[in-house]
Amino acid sequence: MLTKRIIPCLDIKNGRTVKGVNFVDLRDAGDPVELAKQYAKLGADELVFLDISATLEGRKTMHDMVLKVAEHVNIPFTVGGGISSISDVDALLHCGADKISINSSAVKRPELVNELSEKFGSQCVVVAIDAKQINNEWIVHLAGGTIPTTLNLFDWAKEVEQRGAGEILFTSMNNDGTKAGFANEALAKLSRTLNIPIIASGGAGTVQHFVDTFKEGNADAALAASVFHFGEIEIMELKKELREHHIEVRL
Amino acid sequence: MKLVIIDYGAGNIKSIQFAFKRLGLDAVLSSDPDVITSADRIIFPGVGEASSAMNMLKLSKLDTLIPQLKQPVLGICLGMQLMCNSSEEGDTKGLGIFNVDIKRFSNTVKVPQMGWNTITDVTSNLFTNIKDGEFMYLVHSYYAEMCHEAISSTHYQLDYASALQKDNFYGVQFHPEKSGEAGAQVLKNFINL
Repeated sequence: MLTKRIIPCLDIKNGRTVKGVNFVDLRDAGDPVELAKQYAKLGADELVFLDISATLEGRKTMHDMVLKVAEHVNIPFTVGGGISSISDVDALLHCGADKISINSSAVKRPELVNELSEKFGSQCVVVAIDAKQINNEWIVHLAGGTIPTTLNLFDWAKEVEQRGAGEILFTSMNNDGTKAGFANEALAKLSRTLNIPIIASGGAGTVQHFVDTFKEGNADAALAASVFHFGEIEIMELKKELREHHIEVRL
Repeated sequence: MKLVIIDYGAGNIKSIQFAFKRLGLDAVLSSDPDVITSADRIIFPGVGEASSAMNMLKLSKLDTLIPQLKQPVLGICLGMQLMCNSSEEGDTKGLGIFNVDIKRFSNTVKVPQMGWNTITDVTSNLFTNIKDGEFMYLVHSYYAEMCHEAISSTHYQLDYASALQKDNFYGVQFHPEKSGEAGAQVLKNFINL
Protein backbone atom coordinates (compact mmCIF):
# COMPACT_ATOMS: atom_id res chain seq x y z
CA MET A 1 0.00 0.00 0.00
CA LEU A 2 1.12 3.50 -0.77
CA THR A 3 1.55 5.23 2.58
CA LYS A 4 0.45 8.68 3.72
CA ARG A 5 3.36 11.07 3.95
CA ILE A 6 4.41 13.31 6.83
CA ILE A 7 6.29 16.37 5.65
CA PRO A 8 8.03 18.92 7.88
CA CYS A 9 8.40 22.31 6.23
CA LEU A 10 11.45 24.48 6.84
CA ASP A 11 11.43 28.20 6.15
CA ILE A 12 14.81 29.35 4.88
CA LYS A 13 16.15 32.88 4.85
CA ASN A 14 19.62 33.63 3.51
CA GLY A 15 20.50 29.95 3.73
CA ARG A 16 19.43 29.59 7.39
CA THR A 17 16.39 28.06 9.05
CA VAL A 18 14.03 30.64 10.46
CA LYS A 19 11.16 30.36 12.93
CA GLY A 20 12.54 29.24 16.20
CA VAL A 21 13.44 25.63 16.11
CA ASN A 22 13.61 23.91 19.45
CA PHE A 23 15.21 20.61 18.85
CA VAL A 24 17.14 18.28 21.04
CA ASP A 25 20.54 17.00 19.96
CA LEU A 26 21.18 19.65 17.40
CA ARG A 27 24.45 21.52 17.38
CA ASP A 28 23.02 24.23 15.14
CA ALA A 29 19.26 24.39 14.74
CA GLY A 30 19.67 27.20 12.23
CA ASP A 31 21.53 24.91 9.86
CA PRO A 32 19.01 23.46 7.40
CA VAL A 33 21.25 20.51 6.60
CA GLU A 34 21.57 19.47 10.26
CA LEU A 35 17.85 19.83 10.73
CA ALA A 36 17.02 17.94 7.54
CA LYS A 37 19.30 15.05 8.53
CA GLN A 38 17.65 14.92 11.92
CA TYR A 39 14.16 14.86 10.41
CA ALA A 40 15.13 12.10 7.99
CA LYS A 41 16.38 10.07 10.96
CA LEU A 42 13.22 10.76 12.96
CA GLY A 43 10.97 9.34 10.27
CA ALA A 44 9.96 12.25 8.04
CA ASP A 45 8.91 10.97 4.62
CA GLU A 46 9.82 14.05 2.70
CA LEU A 47 10.92 17.64 3.35
CA VAL A 48 9.89 21.01 1.98
CA PHE A 49 12.26 23.98 2.02
CA LEU A 50 10.60 27.31 1.49
CA ASP A 51 12.91 30.16 0.58
CA ILE A 52 11.62 33.38 2.08
CA SER A 53 14.72 35.45 1.31
CA ALA A 54 13.84 38.84 -0.02
CA THR A 55 17.13 39.56 -1.73
CA LEU A 56 18.99 38.18 -4.71
CA GLU A 57 21.98 37.32 -2.52
CA GLY A 58 19.67 35.42 -0.21
CA ARG A 59 18.32 33.44 -3.12
CA LYS A 60 21.78 32.50 -4.31
CA THR A 61 22.58 30.91 -0.98
CA MET A 62 19.63 28.60 -1.65
CA HIS A 63 21.59 26.77 -4.34
CA ASP A 64 24.42 25.99 -1.95
CA MET A 65 21.91 24.81 0.63
CA VAL A 66 20.13 22.54 -1.86
CA LEU A 67 23.44 21.04 -2.91
CA LYS A 68 24.37 20.32 0.71
CA VAL A 69 20.96 18.85 1.53
CA ALA A 70 21.15 16.58 -1.52
CA GLU A 71 24.61 15.49 -0.44
CA HIS A 72 23.66 14.57 3.11
CA VAL A 73 19.96 13.68 3.16
CA ASN A 74 18.61 10.40 1.78
CA ILE A 75 14.90 11.24 1.51
CA PRO A 76 13.18 13.36 -1.15
CA PHE A 77 12.79 17.10 -0.82
CA THR A 78 10.96 19.95 -2.51
CA VAL A 79 12.22 23.49 -2.85
CA GLY A 80 9.89 26.47 -3.19
CA GLY A 81 9.92 30.23 -3.01
CA GLY A 82 10.73 32.77 -5.68
CA ILE A 83 10.84 30.29 -8.55
CA SER A 84 9.58 31.86 -11.76
CA SER A 85 11.45 30.46 -14.75
CA ILE A 86 12.73 27.31 -16.43
CA SER A 87 16.28 28.35 -15.61
CA ASP A 88 15.44 28.73 -11.90
CA VAL A 89 14.09 25.18 -11.88
CA ASP A 90 16.94 23.81 -13.96
CA ALA A 91 19.47 25.19 -11.47
CA LEU A 92 17.66 23.77 -8.42
CA LEU A 93 17.15 20.32 -9.94
CA HIS A 94 20.76 20.36 -11.02
CA CYS A 95 21.75 20.98 -7.40
CA GLY A 96 19.81 17.86 -6.42
CA ALA A 97 16.28 19.03 -5.52
CA ASP A 98 13.71 16.32 -6.28
CA LYS A 99 10.76 18.62 -6.79
CA ILE A 100 10.16 22.32 -6.99
CA SER A 101 7.06 24.19 -5.99
CA ILE A 102 5.70 27.28 -7.67
CA ASN A 103 2.92 29.53 -6.44
CA SER A 104 2.44 33.14 -7.53
CA SER A 105 4.55 32.71 -10.67
CA ALA A 106 2.01 30.11 -11.85
CA VAL A 107 -0.88 32.48 -11.20
CA LYS A 108 0.89 35.27 -13.05
CA ARG A 109 1.79 33.05 -16.01
CA PRO A 110 -0.05 29.69 -16.00
CA GLU A 111 1.90 28.51 -19.08
CA LEU A 112 4.88 28.11 -16.76
CA VAL A 113 3.27 24.93 -15.41
CA ASN A 114 3.11 23.47 -18.94
CA GLU A 115 6.66 24.49 -19.71
CA LEU A 116 8.08 22.98 -16.54
CA SER A 117 6.19 19.71 -16.77
CA GLU A 118 7.14 19.28 -20.42
CA LYS A 119 10.79 19.99 -19.77
CA PHE A 120 11.32 18.27 -16.42
CA GLY A 121 8.32 15.95 -16.07
CA SER A 122 5.16 16.37 -14.01
CA GLN A 123 6.65 14.38 -11.16
CA CYS A 124 8.81 17.29 -10.06
CA VAL A 125 6.29 20.11 -10.48
CA VAL A 126 4.36 20.94 -7.32
CA VAL A 127 1.91 23.81 -7.50
CA ALA A 128 1.40 25.46 -4.11
CA ILE A 129 -1.95 27.15 -3.66
CA ASP A 130 -2.81 29.46 -0.75
CA ALA A 131 -6.54 29.98 -0.44
CA LYS A 132 -8.94 31.68 1.93
CA GLN A 133 -12.61 30.93 2.37
CA ILE A 134 -14.60 34.13 1.92
CA ASN A 135 -18.41 34.04 1.90
CA ASN A 136 -18.36 30.30 1.33
CA GLU A 137 -16.04 30.54 -1.64
CA TRP A 138 -12.42 29.46 -1.60
CA ILE A 139 -10.39 32.27 -3.19
CA VAL A 140 -6.75 31.84 -4.22
CA HIS A 141 -4.46 34.37 -2.56
CA LEU A 142 -0.90 35.46 -3.26
CA ALA A 143 1.98 36.72 -1.14
CA GLY A 144 1.28 34.57 1.90
CA GLY A 145 -2.43 35.15 1.79
CA THR A 146 -2.33 38.94 1.66
CA ILE A 147 -3.34 39.53 -1.97
CA PRO A 148 -6.63 38.04 -3.21
CA THR A 149 -6.97 36.93 -6.82
CA THR A 150 -10.15 36.28 -8.78
CA LEU A 151 -9.38 32.56 -8.95
CA ASN A 152 -11.48 29.88 -7.30
CA LEU A 153 -9.39 27.22 -5.54
CA PHE A 154 -11.01 24.22 -7.23
CA ASP A 155 -11.00 25.73 -10.72
CA TRP A 156 -7.40 26.79 -10.38
CA ALA A 157 -6.30 23.42 -9.01
CA LYS A 158 -8.05 21.67 -11.92
CA GLU A 159 -6.39 24.01 -14.38
CA VAL A 160 -2.87 23.41 -13.07
CA GLU A 161 -3.50 19.66 -13.06
CA GLN A 162 -4.47 19.86 -16.73
CA ARG A 163 -1.39 21.96 -17.41
CA GLY A 164 0.82 19.21 -16.00
CA ALA A 165 1.26 19.76 -12.25
CA GLY A 166 2.22 16.52 -10.52
CA GLU A 167 1.04 17.48 -7.04
CA ILE A 168 -0.86 20.21 -5.21
CA LEU A 169 0.28 21.76 -1.94
CA PHE A 170 -2.86 23.38 -0.57
CA THR A 171 -2.56 25.78 2.35
CA SER A 172 -5.75 27.06 3.91
CA MET A 173 -5.14 30.62 5.09
CA ASN A 174 -8.15 30.27 7.40
CA ASN A 175 -6.46 27.40 9.21
CA ASP A 176 -2.80 28.33 8.93
CA GLY A 177 -1.32 29.21 12.31
CA THR A 178 -4.50 28.34 14.24
CA LYS A 179 -3.43 24.84 15.33
CA ALA A 180 -7.13 23.98 15.09
CA GLY A 181 -6.93 21.38 12.34
CA PHE A 182 -6.66 21.21 8.56
CA ALA A 183 -9.31 22.43 6.09
CA ASN A 184 -10.66 18.94 5.55
CA GLU A 185 -13.84 19.78 3.66
CA ALA A 186 -11.93 21.72 1.03
CA LEU A 187 -9.26 19.01 0.93
CA ALA A 188 -11.82 16.28 0.37
CA LYS A 189 -13.40 18.29 -2.41
CA LEU A 190 -9.97 18.80 -3.99
CA SER A 191 -9.38 15.06 -3.86
CA ARG A 192 -12.70 14.43 -5.59
CA THR A 193 -11.96 17.07 -8.23
CA LEU A 194 -8.39 16.08 -9.04
CA ASN A 195 -6.46 12.93 -9.82
CA ILE A 196 -3.03 14.00 -8.57
CA PRO A 197 -1.71 13.81 -4.99
CA ILE A 198 -2.66 16.57 -2.57
CA ILE A 199 -0.60 17.79 0.38
CA ALA A 200 -2.61 19.29 3.23
CA SER A 201 -1.10 22.34 4.88
CA GLY A 202 -2.18 24.81 7.53
CA GLY A 203 -3.71 24.10 10.91
CA ALA A 204 -1.79 21.15 12.36
CA GLY A 205 -1.94 21.23 16.15
CA THR A 206 -2.58 17.70 17.41
CA VAL A 207 -2.19 14.10 16.33
CA GLN A 208 -5.96 13.92 15.83
CA HIS A 209 -5.72 16.68 13.22
CA PHE A 210 -3.48 14.44 11.12
CA VAL A 211 -5.87 11.51 11.57
CA ASP A 212 -8.74 13.72 10.44
CA THR A 213 -7.00 15.16 7.41
CA PHE A 214 -6.15 11.68 6.13
CA LYS A 215 -9.56 10.19 6.91
CA GLU A 216 -11.92 13.09 6.28
CA GLY A 217 -9.78 15.26 4.03
CA ASN A 218 -8.45 12.33 1.98
CA ALA A 219 -5.09 14.07 1.89
CA ASP A 220 -2.16 12.11 0.45
CA ALA A 221 0.34 13.91 2.65
CA ALA A 222 0.28 16.37 5.51
CA LEU A 223 2.72 19.24 5.97
CA ALA A 224 3.45 21.10 9.17
CA ALA A 225 6.17 23.29 10.62
CA SER A 226 5.98 24.47 14.21
CA VAL A 227 4.45 21.34 15.79
CA PHE A 228 7.47 19.43 14.56
CA HIS A 229 10.09 22.15 15.07
CA PHE A 230 9.10 22.65 18.70
CA GLY A 231 8.82 18.95 19.38
CA GLU A 232 5.12 19.25 20.23
CA ILE A 233 4.49 16.26 18.01
CA GLU A 234 7.16 13.65 17.42
CA ILE A 235 6.97 12.15 13.96
CA MET A 236 7.47 8.55 15.03
CA GLU A 237 4.81 8.84 17.74
CA LEU A 238 2.48 10.49 15.25
CA LYS A 239 3.00 7.69 12.76
CA LYS A 240 2.40 5.00 15.36
CA GLU A 241 -0.90 6.62 16.29
CA LEU A 242 -1.86 6.98 12.65
CA ARG A 243 -1.26 3.29 12.18
CA GLU A 244 -3.48 2.55 15.16
CA HIS A 245 -6.17 4.46 13.31
CA HIS A 246 -5.60 2.13 10.34
CA ILE A 247 -3.86 4.78 8.29
CA GLU A 248 -0.96 3.33 6.31
CA VAL A 249 2.35 4.96 7.14
CA ARG A 250 6.02 4.09 6.78
CA LEU A 251 7.38 2.93 10.11
CA MET B 1 35.73 -0.27 -8.31
CA LYS B 2 34.97 1.96 -11.28
CA LEU B 3 31.41 3.16 -11.14
CA VAL B 4 29.82 5.11 -13.99
CA ILE B 5 26.47 6.88 -14.09
CA ILE B 6 25.30 7.20 -17.67
CA ASP B 7 24.78 10.90 -18.34
CA TYR B 8 22.52 11.39 -21.34
CA GLY B 9 20.70 14.49 -20.16
CA ALA B 10 17.71 12.80 -18.55
CA GLY B 11 16.99 14.08 -15.10
CA ASN B 12 18.46 14.45 -11.68
CA ILE B 13 21.66 12.41 -11.49
CA LYS B 14 23.25 14.49 -8.74
CA SER B 15 21.22 12.62 -6.09
CA ILE B 16 22.50 9.25 -7.30
CA GLN B 17 26.07 10.50 -7.30
CA PHE B 18 25.63 11.80 -3.75
CA ALA B 19 24.07 8.51 -2.62
CA PHE B 20 27.19 6.65 -3.69
CA LYS B 21 29.37 9.32 -2.12
CA ARG B 22 27.62 8.57 1.19
CA LEU B 23 28.76 4.98 0.66
CA GLY B 24 32.30 6.21 0.10
CA LEU B 25 32.28 5.73 -3.66
CA ASP B 26 33.04 8.27 -6.35
CA ALA B 27 30.78 7.78 -9.34
CA VAL B 28 31.82 9.18 -12.70
CA LEU B 29 29.18 10.83 -14.91
CA SER B 30 29.73 10.00 -18.55
CA SER B 31 28.16 9.48 -21.94
CA ASP B 32 31.45 8.30 -23.46
CA PRO B 33 31.10 4.69 -24.72
CA ASP B 34 34.74 3.91 -23.81
CA VAL B 35 34.29 5.13 -20.24
CA ILE B 36 31.01 3.24 -19.88
CA THR B 37 32.33 -0.01 -21.35
CA SER B 38 35.38 -0.01 -19.09
CA ALA B 39 33.37 0.48 -15.86
CA ASP B 40 32.85 -2.26 -13.26
CA ARG B 41 29.33 -1.11 -12.43
CA ILE B 42 26.97 1.03 -14.47
CA ILE B 43 23.97 3.06 -13.37
CA PHE B 44 21.37 3.92 -16.00
CA PRO B 45 19.21 6.70 -14.51
CA GLY B 46 16.26 8.54 -15.93
CA VAL B 47 13.58 10.99 -14.97
CA GLY B 48 11.10 12.63 -17.28
CA GLU B 49 9.30 11.52 -20.40
CA ALA B 50 10.09 8.19 -22.12
CA SER B 51 10.15 9.10 -25.82
CA SER B 52 12.34 12.17 -25.36
CA ALA B 53 14.70 10.24 -23.07
CA MET B 54 14.90 7.50 -25.72
CA ASN B 55 15.70 10.10 -28.36
CA MET B 56 18.53 11.42 -26.22
CA LEU B 57 19.89 7.88 -25.85
CA LYS B 58 19.79 7.42 -29.61
CA LEU B 59 21.55 10.72 -30.22
CA SER B 60 24.51 9.51 -28.19
CA LYS B 61 24.18 6.00 -29.72
CA LEU B 62 23.80 4.56 -26.22
CA ASP B 63 20.70 2.65 -27.33
CA THR B 64 22.90 0.09 -29.07
CA LEU B 65 25.66 0.11 -26.46
CA ILE B 66 23.60 -0.53 -23.31
CA PRO B 67 22.08 -3.91 -24.30
CA GLN B 68 25.59 -5.21 -25.10
CA LEU B 69 27.11 -4.40 -21.72
CA LYS B 70 28.51 -7.38 -19.82
CA GLN B 71 29.01 -5.85 -16.36
CA PRO B 72 26.18 -5.29 -13.82
CA VAL B 73 23.89 -2.49 -14.99
CA LEU B 74 21.24 -0.93 -12.76
CA GLY B 75 18.41 1.01 -14.38
CA ILE B 76 16.58 3.36 -12.04
CA CYS B 77 12.99 4.60 -12.55
CA LEU B 78 12.68 5.69 -16.19
CA GLY B 79 16.03 3.98 -16.81
CA MET B 80 14.42 0.67 -15.85
CA GLN B 81 11.39 1.41 -18.03
CA LEU B 82 13.55 2.15 -21.07
CA MET B 83 15.22 -1.25 -20.64
CA CYS B 84 11.84 -2.92 -21.32
CA ASN B 85 10.21 -3.79 -24.66
CA SER B 86 8.00 -0.76 -24.99
CA SER B 87 6.27 2.02 -23.10
CA GLU B 88 2.82 3.46 -23.52
CA GLU B 89 4.36 6.83 -22.69
CA GLY B 90 4.91 8.56 -26.02
CA ASP B 91 4.42 5.15 -27.72
CA THR B 92 8.10 4.41 -27.19
CA LYS B 93 10.06 1.38 -28.31
CA GLY B 94 12.46 0.40 -25.54
CA LEU B 95 15.83 -1.38 -25.44
CA GLY B 96 14.15 -4.78 -25.15
CA ILE B 97 16.40 -6.10 -22.39
CA PHE B 98 13.46 -7.03 -20.17
CA ASN B 99 10.67 -8.86 -21.93
CA VAL B 100 7.84 -6.75 -20.54
CA ASP B 101 5.81 -3.70 -21.54
CA ILE B 102 5.29 -0.47 -19.64
CA LYS B 103 1.69 0.62 -19.08
CA ARG B 104 0.04 3.66 -17.52
CA PHE B 105 -1.87 3.47 -14.25
CA SER B 106 -5.54 4.09 -14.95
CA ASN B 107 -7.31 7.01 -13.36
CA THR B 108 -8.99 4.86 -10.71
CA VAL B 109 -5.97 5.85 -8.59
CA LYS B 110 -4.09 9.11 -8.30
CA VAL B 111 -1.43 9.42 -10.98
CA PRO B 112 1.50 9.73 -10.44
CA GLN B 113 1.95 7.34 -7.56
CA MET B 114 4.04 9.49 -5.28
CA GLY B 115 5.53 8.37 -1.99
CA TRP B 116 6.62 5.32 -0.02
CA ASN B 117 5.29 1.89 -0.83
CA THR B 118 6.45 -1.62 0.01
CA ILE B 119 8.38 -4.06 -2.14
CA THR B 120 7.40 -7.69 -1.60
CA ASP B 121 8.36 -11.09 -2.98
CA VAL B 122 11.96 -9.94 -3.20
CA THR B 123 14.03 -12.67 -4.81
CA SER B 124 17.33 -11.31 -6.03
CA ASN B 125 20.77 -10.83 -4.48
CA LEU B 126 20.12 -7.15 -5.19
CA PHE B 127 17.92 -7.36 -2.08
CA THR B 128 20.36 -8.99 0.33
CA ASN B 129 19.54 -7.75 3.86
CA ILE B 130 16.34 -6.10 2.62
CA LYS B 131 13.28 -7.43 4.37
CA ASP B 132 10.22 -8.45 2.44
CA GLY B 133 7.81 -5.54 2.75
CA GLU B 134 10.52 -2.87 3.03
CA PHE B 135 9.48 0.68 2.11
CA MET B 136 10.93 2.39 -0.93
CA TYR B 137 10.26 5.81 -2.44
CA LEU B 138 8.48 5.87 -5.78
CA VAL B 139 7.31 8.55 -8.19
CA HIS B 140 5.84 7.28 -11.42
CA SER B 141 2.80 7.21 -13.68
CA TYR B 142 3.83 4.12 -15.69
CA TYR B 143 4.66 0.63 -14.46
CA ALA B 144 6.09 -2.69 -15.63
CA GLU B 145 3.59 -5.53 -15.67
CA MET B 146 4.27 -8.59 -13.55
CA CYS B 147 6.50 -10.96 -15.53
CA HIS B 148 8.96 -13.79 -14.97
CA GLU B 149 11.84 -11.28 -14.77
CA ALA B 150 10.24 -9.53 -11.78
CA ILE B 151 12.38 -9.67 -8.62
CA SER B 152 9.98 -7.65 -6.47
CA SER B 153 6.36 -6.61 -6.66
CA THR B 154 4.48 -3.57 -5.41
CA HIS B 155 0.79 -2.91 -5.17
CA TYR B 156 -0.77 0.26 -6.52
CA GLN B 157 -4.06 -0.24 -8.34
CA LEU B 158 -2.67 -3.68 -9.17
CA ASP B 159 0.42 -5.79 -8.48
CA TYR B 160 3.23 -4.69 -10.75
CA ALA B 161 6.95 -5.44 -11.09
CA SER B 162 8.84 -2.88 -9.01
CA ALA B 163 12.21 -4.47 -9.84
CA LEU B 164 13.47 -6.63 -12.71
CA GLN B 165 16.50 -8.73 -13.42
CA LYS B 166 17.84 -10.54 -16.43
CA ASP B 167 21.42 -11.81 -16.37
CA ASN B 168 23.67 -8.82 -15.58
CA PHE B 169 20.84 -6.32 -16.03
CA TYR B 170 18.89 -5.00 -13.05
CA GLY B 171 16.15 -2.42 -12.93
CA VAL B 172 14.30 -0.77 -10.06
CA GLN B 173 11.20 1.39 -10.33
CA PHE B 174 11.83 2.97 -6.95
CA HIS B 175 14.55 5.50 -6.15
CA PRO B 176 17.18 3.77 -3.99
CA GLU B 177 19.05 7.08 -3.76
CA LYS B 178 16.02 8.60 -2.01
CA SER B 179 14.83 5.62 0.00
CA GLY B 180 16.71 6.17 3.23
CA GLU B 181 18.87 3.42 4.72
CA ALA B 182 17.05 0.64 2.87
CA GLY B 183 17.73 2.33 -0.45
CA ALA B 184 21.38 2.73 0.44
CA GLN B 185 21.52 -1.00 1.17
CA VAL B 186 20.23 -1.76 -2.33
CA LEU B 187 22.97 0.39 -3.85
CA LYS B 188 25.54 -1.32 -1.65
CA ASN B 189 24.23 -4.71 -2.78
CA PHE B 190 24.56 -3.66 -6.39
CA ILE B 191 28.19 -2.73 -5.82
CA ASN B 192 28.82 -6.05 -4.05
CA LEU B 193 27.19 -8.23 -6.72
